[in-house]
Amino acid sequence: MKLNAPVLDIDELLRDMSITIIVCTGAGGVGKTTTAAALALRAAEQGRDVCVLTIDPAKRLAQAMGLSVLDNTPRKVDGVTGPGGKGSLYAMMLDMKRTFDEVVEGHADPERAQAILDNPFYQALSSSFAGTQEYMAMEKLGQLRAQANAEDGWDLIIVDTPPSRSALDFLDAPERLGSFLDGRFIRILTAPARGAGRGIGKLAAFSFGLFTNVLNKILGSQVLADVGSFVAAIDTTFGGFRERADATYTLLQDAGTSFVVIAAPERDALREAAFFVERLKSDAMPLAGLVLNRVQADNDPELSAEQATASAERLEKLGADERLTAALLRLHADRRRIYTRQLHLAERFTAAHPGVAATTVPALPEDVNDLAGLRAIGELLARKRELKSRSK
Amino acid sequence: MKDISWPGVALHVISGKGGTGKTTVAAAMSLALAHQGKRTLLMEVEDRQGIAQLFDTPPLPYEERKIAVAPGGGEVWALALNAQEALLDYLDSFYNLRRAGSALRRMGAVDFATTIAPGLRDVLLTGKACEVVRRIDKRAPNAYSAVVLDAPPTGRIARFLNVNSEVSGLAKVGPIRNHADLVMSVISSPRTAVHLVTLLEEMPVQETVDGITELRAANLPVGGIFVNMTRPPMLTSEQLHEARTGTLPSKDIEHALKEVGLADRSSALVTALMREANDHALRVDLEARESERIVELGLPTFFLPLLSEGIDLGGLYQLANLLREGGVR
Repeated sequence: MKLNAPVLDIDELLRDMSITIIVCTGAGGVGKTTTAAALALRAAEQGRDVCVLTIDPAKRLAQAMGLSVLDNTPRKVDGVTGPGGKGSLYAMMLDMKRTFDEVVEGHADPERAQAILDNPFYQALSSSFAGTQEYMAMEKLGQLRAQANAEDGWDLIIVDTPPSRSALDFLDAPERLGSFLDGRFIRILTAPARGAGRGIGKLAAFSFGLFTNVLNKILGSQVLADVGSFVAAIDTTFGGFRERADATYTLLQDAGTSFVVIAAPERDALREAAFFVERLKSDAMPLAGLVLNRVQADNDPELSAEQATASAERLEKLGADERLTAALLRLHADRRRIYTRQLHLAERFTAAHPGVAATTVPALPEDVNDLAGLRAIGELLARKRELKSRSK
Repeated sequence: MKDISWPGVALHVISGKGGTGKTTVAAAMSLALAHQGKRTLLMEVEDRQGIAQLFDTPPLPYEERKIAVAPGGGEVWALALNAQEALLDYLDSFYNLRRAGSALRRMGAVDFATTIAPGLRDVLLTGKACEVVRRIDKRAPNAYSAVVLDAPPTGRIARFLNVNSEVSGLAKVGPIRNHADLVMSVISSPRTAVHLVTLLEEMPVQETVDGITELRAANLPVGGIFVNMTRPPMLTSEQLHEARTGTLPSKDIEHALKEVGLADRSSALVTALMREANDHALRVDLEARESERIVELGLPTFFLPLLSEGIDLGGLYQLANLLREGGVR
């Protein structure tokens, strides 16, 4: 697709040794995981030591990378190496609950850790909480990064982001969860010994009382009691959820981090991408560019849909012999219409966000489920030929 | 399409993998069901304002309002649900706490409650959908003939709907428990149908297969499958075979192109057309393979075409008509 945007040079990005973290983000269903895996494979085959953190890969993609066990540790992908034997690829799938458990176990003595792990509120929090997956993806990224800094570690970590409602959740959820758990609210509510709401003014105290009352009424008093004992248990053991979230957030603002925003040429996906790009800008987070996936194959010759349809009609009148060519022209017209609509959507994005580099990957007729397929996607991601800005 | 209808179903839940067009199918369903003077309600739960964008209206508030007219004088109404408002709604109708509710909202307390009890959020959302459905039994003046819920994606749908098990770890007794039981009595009954939207591609089909297993395991009523954005073959099977094997008669094609005045670029065009045909053939093969896996599931299945102009209001009506023709009642 001939976009009016600077070229996103994928190989330059992957070669840049100062970049140590690449975050792949975008709306659900646009091919984030596949893109992350393809980038990781390409980087490894160009000689970098890469670890790719995937969140929820399709079964066959996971198998393609040899991820048959979900044990929350990076595993070496066999048969991947770069020039001169340099370069390697490790892959892992995030196990959100396991990651959370490890944080608890790593920060509390065994007895206290067990008390936390057994707490019903903790169990709900670690397995089904909105935002936990994002929080744990961040946490895991922090851990991998620490491992990478150690000797013989990876020099590039590529992260896929959870399939959230909104791509922004990846940035916001950890902070939300962190401030929620560290918040005054939860403390006051769950520390009746200190007197609910002492020192916060009569009116607020009244409202708190009302609130606790309502909450107990609809949830049952057990819930608040569980939350209370959970908060008491974590209070002294680890240095604040928010601090941990903040630390990883800072990592994302680092010059060694780069974001790749992924979209499909559809209204919703591009709107998500636009939100994300704007957010990165306002938070001073480094954006590499946009990957526009699944575009209608763009190397068709310049024969418009109208021209093709008109020619097909003429051929159909000429008789049965020309039916094949007429059908081919109609097929072309159909593809061209899709292409034009997609280009129009993409141009709305590039016009609103000039300067955002972009690359496109054509819609492939078949799914990717082995390393060869990922390699082919890597090739497509890195090609620059189609992307020259249109000269006026 | 087989002739299928769900006459006894009052709540249609639409789920599917991200990017398959759930909202589009839900909207087309609500239009199709509103045919001939009926009134349907289209609900969304994900705070995305997807309905407003699709129908080209300003963002929807937490309030039922009319957004479209269906052929034959029917009406489609819409409601954008959010957990905060649903909780206040709940407090109001069960405890007369609307005024206290607004104080709670100012404090951010509602946010807090739905955060510490994530199951609560889902119970409130599904609860609202069930409240609307139960209006039918009560013969309430504001009852709808059917409710269509644009639900969370396949990966989360069973958990979202199975509110009983969601709250069981949370509240063993008490009002929310009773509320969940009430919700379950609608959602797991034959008055509800959970439909899944898919594309004819490997991953979405796999998610559909897994989703159905999960729904069944949770005793949730599976409805039909909506295969979206299909590309019907544009070549005969013989032509497809030649396209696949690269044996299309290039000389004949070049000759034909010359006849209609495309001589100047005919050879480049021949190559391009043959490549496009090959692409198309592979795609047709893939769709046939995946289609077979869908058919094997033995569920009512609808095939909706890819509209090359994209989905606008006109496209929605077009899809709604196809659903009518396919037997959606």
